[in-house]
Amino acid sequence: MKILVTVKEVAEAEDDFEIDGLDIDERYLEYDLNEWDDYAVEEAVTIAEDGDDVEVVSVTIGPERAEETVRMALAKGVDRAIRVWDDDLESADMLDVGTKADILAAVVEEEDPDLVFSGVQANDDGFGATGVALAEVVDMEWGAVVNDLDLDAEGGVAHVHRELEGGVEELTDIELPAVLTIQTGINEPRYASLRGIRQAQRKPLDVQGLGDLGLDASVLESAVSRTAMFEPESESDVTVFEGGAEEEAGQLADLLRDKGVVEG
Amino acid sequence: MTDVLAVTEHRRGSLRDVSFEIVTAGRKLADAQGGDLHLAVIGGDVESFADELNVEGVDTIHTVADGEEFNHDVYTQVVEQLYADVAPTTLLLPNSVNGLDYAPAVAERLDVPIVTDAVGFDHDGTLEVTREMYASKVATTVEVDADEAVVTIRPSEFAKAEGEGSADVQSFDADVDESAVRSTVTGFEEVGGGDVDISEADVLVSVGRGIEEEENIELVEALAETLGATLSSSRPIVDAGWLPKNRQVGQSGKVVTPKVYLAIGISGAVQHVAGMKGSETIVAINTDPNAPINDLADYAIHDDLFDVVPALIEEFGGESPL
Ligand SMILES: Cc1cc2nc3c(=O)[nH]c(=O)nc-3n(C[C@H](O)[C@H](O)[C@H](O)COP(=O)(O)OP(=O)(O)OC[C@H]3O[C@@H](n4cnc5c(N)ncnc54)[C@H](O)[C@@H]3O)c2cc1C
Ligand SMILES: Nc1ncnc2c1ncn2[C@@H]1O[C@H](COP(=O)(O)O)[C@@H](O)[C@H]1O
Repeated sequence: MKILVTVKEVAEAEDDFEIDGLDIDERYLEYDLNEWDDYAVEEAVTIAEDGDDVEVVSVTIGPERAEETVRMALAKGVDRAIRVWDDDLESADMLDVGTKADILAAVVEEEDPDLVFSGVQANDDGFGATGVALAEVVDMEWGAVVNDLDLDAEGGVAHVHRELEGGVEELTDIELPAVLTIQTGINEPRYASLRGIRQAQRKPLDVQGLGDLGLDASVLESAVSRTAMFEPESESDVTVFEGGAEEEAGQLADLLRDKGVVEG
Repeated sequence: MTDVLAVTEHRRGSLRDVSFEIVTAGRKLADAQGGDLHLAVIGGDVESFADELNVEGVDTIHTVADGEEFNHDVYTQVVEQLYADVAPTTLLLPNSVNGLDYAPAVAERLDVPIVTDAVGFDHDGTLEVTREMYASKVATTVEVDADEAVVTIRPSEFAKAEGEGSADVQSFDADVDESAVRSTVTGFEEVGGGDVDISEADVLVSVGRGIEEEENIELVEALAETLGATLSSSRPIVDAGWLPKNRQVGQSGKVVTPKVYLAIGISGAVQHVAGMKGSETIVAINTDPNAPINDLADYAIHDDLFDVVPALIEEFGGESPL
């Protein structure tokens, strides 16, 4: 069995940041493996450890910088990695959902996995859509926001829980092959061990351009473009307590007493 | 072609709030385009749902009597067929958990671009969607340079439409190919029960990822005890197993409306806010003055929780464990 995990290196804004044109100024961005993808990697690696002959492959669309993140996934037990990038991607403005799905679909077609795991959402652009769009492009079945998975590979079905709103979970049987978008809390992602980190250096990390995947720059044409970025207007007029921790705690204590909160 | 088609959502016999919010959003967009608002309700008791949905602003309601509960394979097929019939310019779907489970597939099948999690729109010739990025730290305008688009709307962002409506209710005969239904919903399960009900509490001390380590949870426990308050948390604390599921505030946890909500080391992600924005007084303790929780808070302290919380415990005569 083969499991393909889509992983994204996401950018997080520092506490204080500046917007430069259509994006946050690079200087204020920090990069990390997307939280949801960390759970997706763990889920795949656990299945591989518990089963016979399960290969876990990760794929990312991202620049060279993302290799650090990809190596982290390899260190956690992914067997080999694919990174899709080339000059055309480098000069593209924004990868919308349809574009990402088309590119990932070309990788799915090449790898022919039984299962694809992606994250529920990428914490930077937060489309929450790439996994399900991919399923449709490659004509696989799917399930979104999966927080429990019981895989019956022989029976060709995944018994999943989908986490709905308000503490309700939906129990669903999904035919394989399928794309599942993984929700946080489904497992406990491991930390990479030192041994894992060393091994990761020797694992294959294959860089492919659009041409290698049988695609060309036309896949990057998109009707969706970002035309502005701004800091949201604050709706509340918040009172900020200042003057150091002691002083602030004192003011907060007065407020709480005023609201009827007393020693418990 | 200037119409908007919006799809409603129901679960276990009841329409969800987003079904009425999508009417408000859809009406606004239909007006901007100078078109009609079509609403669809799929599965369950569609007749009585249509009655309820017949609120001000809706022009036509399409009832599609296929299935009881949501199934993405059925919804995808039905919406595709309804779309062909109504021929709208914009298809509006909820950015709910079930919306996440079919909206992207519908967009792909229709070969129409999708923009998710909209918090606002504008339309003067070109559709412009406002959505957030970087965990709600910034907002963006996204332009869709196409004749048609699929847009999903953020739940609880638009007001619920009300008032007596005069929509034309039509039943739509969809042709569902059962062989393409490759997933089956077998049931539902309630999670997060137990002895503590955080939605009953007057005062909540709520802790987020800013607490850093499991060992530090005792600090906020001590604060809650000192204040006679109940301890709750954001999702990562529960995901990590540091507190049980019944303590989680938010979209997938509990909705709380205490007199005082003390958010300690919580950024204020939209799914968290969904569970606590109805609190009477919100206080945030967060080192980051730009964290979205500040937009919601009535009072804020932009300082290290490891300094502020011990001092607060002492203010109330307690003893800080750290
Ligand atoms: C489908 C779905 C459902 C979800 N449901 C929920 C839900 O029900 N509830 C929920 O909470 N989330 C939910 N989430 C997750 C949500 O998107 C966020 O990831 C989560 O709320 C973040 O939790 P947090 O604020 O504790 O962590 P973070 O976003 O990491 O924020 C930590 C904060 O702590 C601050 N901080 C750090 N150190 C200190 C310090 N020393 N002193 C003071 N402040 C400090 C930081 O500035 C930061 O603002 C859901 C997500 C999805 C996709
Ligand atoms: N550039 C990318 N490369 C690989 N996977 C991605 C990329 N962008 C998104 N994904 C996957 O799709 C999921 C949802 O992302 P999004 O739809 O952008 O919120 C992520 O958790 C990833 O698993």
